[in-house]
Amino acid sequence: MALLVPMYQTMKNLKELIIESFISLTLNKTRTSLAVLGIVIGIGSVIALISLGQSSQAAIQSQIQSLGSNLLTVSPGSATQGSVRGAPGGVTTLTLADATAIKTSPNITTIKNISPEVSKRSQIVTSSANTNSQVIGVLPIYSEVHKVELQIGNFISETDDQLMSRVAVVGPNVATTLFGDDSAIGKTIRINGQALIIVGVTTSKGGTGFNNTDDYVYVPLSTAQKVLFGQTYLNSIALEATDADVMTQAQDEVGYLLLERHRLDDPTKADFSIFSQQDILNTASSVTGTFTTLLSGVAAISLIVGGIGIMNIMLVTVTERTREIGLRKALGAKKKTIITQFLAESIILTFSGGIIGIIFGIIASFIYSQVSQSAFIISPLSVLLAFFVSTAIGVIFGWYPARQAANKEPIEALRYE
Amino acid sequence: MQKDLLQVSHISKKYQNSSVTTVALDDITFTIKQGEFVTIMGPSGSGKSTLMHILGALDKPTSGDYILDGHRVNDLSDDELSEIRNQKIGFIFQAYNLLPRTSALKNVMLPMSYAGVPEDIRLEKAKKLLELVGLSDRLYHTSNQLSGGQQQRVAIARSLSMDPSIILADEPTGNIASNQAEEIMGIFQSLNKSGRTIIMITHEPDIAAHSKRIITIKDGLISSDVPNNEKLKGINY
Repeated sequence: MALLVPMYQTMKNLKELIIESFISLTLNKTRTSLAVLGIVIGIGSVIALISLGQSSQAAIQSQIQSLGSNLLTVSPGSATQGSVRGAPGGVTTLTLADATAIKTSPNITTIKNISPEVSKRSQIVTSSANTNSQVIGVLPIYSEVHKVELQIGNFISETDDQLMSRVAVVGPNVATTLFGDDSAIGKTIRINGQALIIVGVTTSKGGTGFNNTDDYVYVPLSTAQKVLFGQTYLNSIALEATDADVMTQAQDEVGYLLLERHRLDDPTKADFSIFSQQDILNTASSVTGTFTTLLSGVAAISLIVGGIGIMNIMLVTVTERTREIGLRKALGAKKKTIITQFLAESIILTFSGGIIGIIFGIIASFIYSQVSQSAFIISPLSVLLAFFVSTAIGVIFGWYPARQAANKEPIEALRYE
Repeated sequence: MQKDLLQVSHISKKYQNSSVTTVALDDITFTIKQGEFVTIMGPSGSGKSTLMHILGALDKPTSGDYILDGHRVNDLSDDELSEIRNQKIGFIFQAYNLLPRTSALKNVMLPMSYAGVPEDIRLEKAKKLLELVGLSDRLYHTSNQLSGGQQQRVAIARSLSMDPSIILADEPTGNIASNQAEEIMGIFQSLNKSGRTIIMITHEPDIAAHSKRIITIKDGLISSDVPNNEKLKGINY
């Protein structure tokens, strides 16, 4: 009880302090709102950019997860000739024989499914329309490894591959682009001058951006290699491990086998690379993470500039109110009292700027998520951080002006006109 | 005999300005007892404002001792000076120096809030004091809504709010019309009758005539220190 009375008194004083600060801040509305604007923009952009970063990270994650979580991809690397390293993907040493070897080798114990793939961007042409798509030569196992589902028709079959059939399965975007609302099944498309008949349309995975599986066109592997592109090598081999826990072991097993087959004794000179989905996920996350950090850094700089604006305004206020400060000191205000008064004003400035900035930031992220059809994510942590940071800016940039005010000599201040 | 409230012994104030040293006060000594009503007179530039600042604990003398109600002012820190001013001195300024855009009531409450007086007591006392100076119908008027005389009456109420030992008035009637000046002097005299010690600085002889003792300063020195026996016409500076 004894403690409650002074606490109640402190609360009352605090309320009085806040009211008084508000009154003096509203005396010069234009100046106050311009000073606050700096903080609003700073906090707003930090909130919006963090949200943007998080939603794009989430989008990438869900996209990559949907492609299969215990997936390894062998891709051709760069050949090293002496000390000259070629471009990645430039070698043609990855072949169907490698894929078969992985399947049959007794040393490989952790691989369940193997999907050799050829892929190339090509123009897809019909009599009335055309589009540019990733054309992928596949074996039937592809649909299992990459979790491809069909909304209509069938996927590439074993027979299709054996007979080098001129058939294709298209993604829903390709079907819509080429045929509109008509059914694509049975229609003919041309790739590199070769006519293929559509036998199936895949279900939408709803991906966005550059590697959208809804834009793919699938053809039998043999058709792709011999009829369409005339290449004997593979562009990648997808491997499905028996379990997500054995990924590292699988990576090692396949790696050693391929090194041996390609007659390379130095693993650093490997002409292929093996990625897991986790690796791709990590790379993609680190890229978006870097971007988010970079953009937030720029926003943070604007926040510092905003803080300097606050300091500037507070210094002007202190000079303008020299007489008032002198009077207050003459009437018994101690340094602490004056510092508290001016700090309260600068904190109220930055704190209200912070709140408005948070609101604007959330609105901006919401609009972005609606426009780009991505997830709307606001982490409570970034909001909490914004509250904390805006208050801290008030203290940091308000401290110097407040000290200037407190150190004024009462007579100098009273003489000031 | 009343006790000595304020002892000034051999104080000097010098201002150093690059090569020139200006002597504003030179070896001033006097004592003011409780209950006195003293006027300090002098032409502008005589050093009376400097003396007022030192008496009001707003400034410290370069040398000499100033003892205010038992406290040696020379020895105090800035914050201690603030506290002394708050507790012992009620200031009244020529330009009133009220907080702008702030109600009469809030202005009177200000020194009490620095002393940590609870709000309800502050409010009650401020109302009582504004009533005393005849402004009970102007409690919520802000400074700019009041006439010069009314503002000075608010300042008087404010100066009384901490029940100070001394009222220190610097040209209290300098900015107001003469009929209102008479009212202000009337308040001063009744305050003095009820036992308040008042030190007033002025250069107007008719205003000084309301006090009981006149100290005249000239060129930083006391040129005369006489009881005021009504006739002031003889004083000539």
